[in-house]
Amino acid sequence: MSGDPKLERIAKGNALALCATGTWTASFAPVLERMVADAEKLAGSPQSIFIDVSEIARLDTFGAWLIERLRRSLTQGAVEAQIAGLSANYSSLVDEVRRVKATPVIDSSTITITDMLEQIGRAVAGIGGTIAGLIDMLGAVLAAGGRVLIHPRSLRLTSTVHHMEQVCWRAVPIIVLITFLIGCIIAQQGIFHFRRFGADIFVVDMLGVLVLREIGVLLVAIMVAGRSGSAYTAELGSMKMREEIDALRTMGFDPIEVLVLPRMLALVLALPILAFLGAMAALYGGGLVAWLYGGVDPEAFLLRLRDAISIDHFIVGIVKAPVMAAVIGIVACVEGLAVQGSAESLGQHTTASVVKGIFFVIVMDGVFAIFFASIGM
Amino acid sequence: MAQETQNAIQNPIIRVRDITVQFGATRVLDGLNLDVKRGEILGFVGPSGAGKSVLTRTIIGLVPKVAGSIEVFGVDLDSSNTSQRRNVERRWGVLFQQGALFSSLTVRQNIQFPMREYLRVSQRLMDEITMAKLAMVGLKPEVAERFPSELSGGMIKRVALARALSLDPDLVFLDEPTSGLDPIGAGDFDELVRTLQRTLGLTVFMVTHDLDSLYTACDRIAVLGNGKIIAAGSIADMQASQHPWLRQYFHGKRARAVMS
Repeated sequence: MSGDPKLERIAKGNALALCATGTWTASFAPVLERMVADAEKLAGSPQSIFIDVSEIARLDTFGAWLIERLRRSLTQGAVEAQIAGLSANYSSLVDEVRRVKATPVIDSSTITITDMLEQIGRAVAGIGGTIAGLIDMLGAVLAAGGRVLIHPRSLRLTSTVHHMEQVCWRAVPIIVLITFLIGCIIAQQGIFHFRRFGADIFVVDMLGVLVLREIGVLLVAIMVAGRSGSAYTAELGSMKMREEIDALRTMGFDPIEVLVLPRMLALVLALPILAFLGAMAALYGGGLVAWLYGGVDPEAFLLRLRDAISIDHFIVGIVKAPVMAAVIGIVACVEGLAVQGSAESLGQHTTASVVKGIFFVIVMDGVFAIFFASIGM
Repeated sequence: MAQETQNAIQNPIIRVRDITVQFGATRVLDGLNLDVKRGEILGFVGPSGAGKSVLTRTIIGLVPKVAGSIEVFGVDLDSSNTSQRRNVERRWGVLFQQGALFSSLTVRQNIQFPMREYLRVSQRLMDEITMAKLAMVGLKPEVAERFPSELSGGMIKRVALARALSLDPDLVFLDEPTSGLDPIGAGDFDELVRTLQRTLGLTVFMVTHDLDSLYTACDRIAVLGNGKIIAAGSIADMQASQHPWLRQYFHGKRARAVMS
């Protein structure tokens, strides 16, 4: 029943007649397309043109369209190509494709230099928009926070606790593990290099200052931006995509108050806790390595640590944590609410959330370093 | 050839035998049997939550079944190898309830996606066929360059149908095609399904809640209840049935409004 499709010329002279046979369906589309392209070249100046389709065993949209394409390209001037022997089964299909207008030419967009320059310009101009968006969100969150302070009962406590569990409690194992390992590595490297000068014991100073002032909080903030910032963006983004945020608005709820504020609060509370735990884990790891690898026994380590660091170092580190949390949270929520309808957009904004979050965390850390240096802490 | 045609008419295009599907302790489908004949439009109805979509998804292979067998185009989907299965999948098209268009592709790219994967044809032919499909589902050519997020609900259904028809399948599954459409749009859609079924010789498996669809579009109706097919037949059979749910469904206020 199903033979390979063929298209043959059956009459010569003044009349051009083509006979189509076999299966004209999607599976044979590449073959059919080539045959039709060949047949199109036959158009001379015959007095009549016929395409005999009575021998076609099966026809679908692909076949019907290719016959229609052939008919159109053979029709030149006054002589119209005729389709002959069409079976009743397929006549409606052929009628259907006959109504299709010639395809509009879809411009194959080539990227020119000007397009590239335009994109760079847009991206640069977009930076201003990003900062405005962040300040806008900061204002909205502060306003919502103010409202909550006046009416404490409007705080979404359940939601805040839920997010605390997600970003704080569930993050503890991984944060503690990573900071522990980093503490070990810092101590090992310190001992390895300081030993040459016989200054093994100073590794405790380095570890204490570095972990408490910088590494502890910075590392934890970067991990939280990757872990919880991305989650916030994806949650808010998919809610935006499914019009859940619009639904909230129409019910008279402020999405900032219902969705953003609990997340921000959870993050601002969680990051100092995690930074503290991280710092302790790093010190513990460093102490362990100093003992096992450097021969500094725990008692000497603790004595030296007490001399090396003061409460100032700890304060400098921990004060940064809530600010960094706020930056991460605001970036994540702005990106989440900026998601458009497509899955691609969700991916882009989640990426942007993590990238911008980490960037701003490091910028903030630099700003803090300058600040603490100038006040002498 | 005559023999083959004869077989084709006699053998159902979908043959479901003793299907059981279970989620946890809840048995959704319980020893269900169903035949869909070649060239018919089967309307599939039942109360909400009865498992209509589950059956559709089980036949397509998205939901695992506990027991039973499914044959589509005479191929047992459990014992088939990958290439047989691929072949079956190429011959059916699915219209999901929410459209399930690829949100990062334009309408044109959505419709061309299966063609690009399965057929080695020129971009020109794909573009032309896309335009033909858009015209068939009653959309203007301008729609081709839009993204799914820029379409209305009715347009999404039409584009999704065009994508389901992209490879000229023999069988299409429509999951509530008219839900969320205005009555005129829904009526047009029913008409469209009928026209396509006539022109392309489709077999249509349509899950629906829409009484109008049942009256105007469907050749045969199957009713799902308690995990089984409780009735199957023409609309007249349904109206004559004494089953309480069917009586309520086909003689309720809404049904009378549709019939009058």
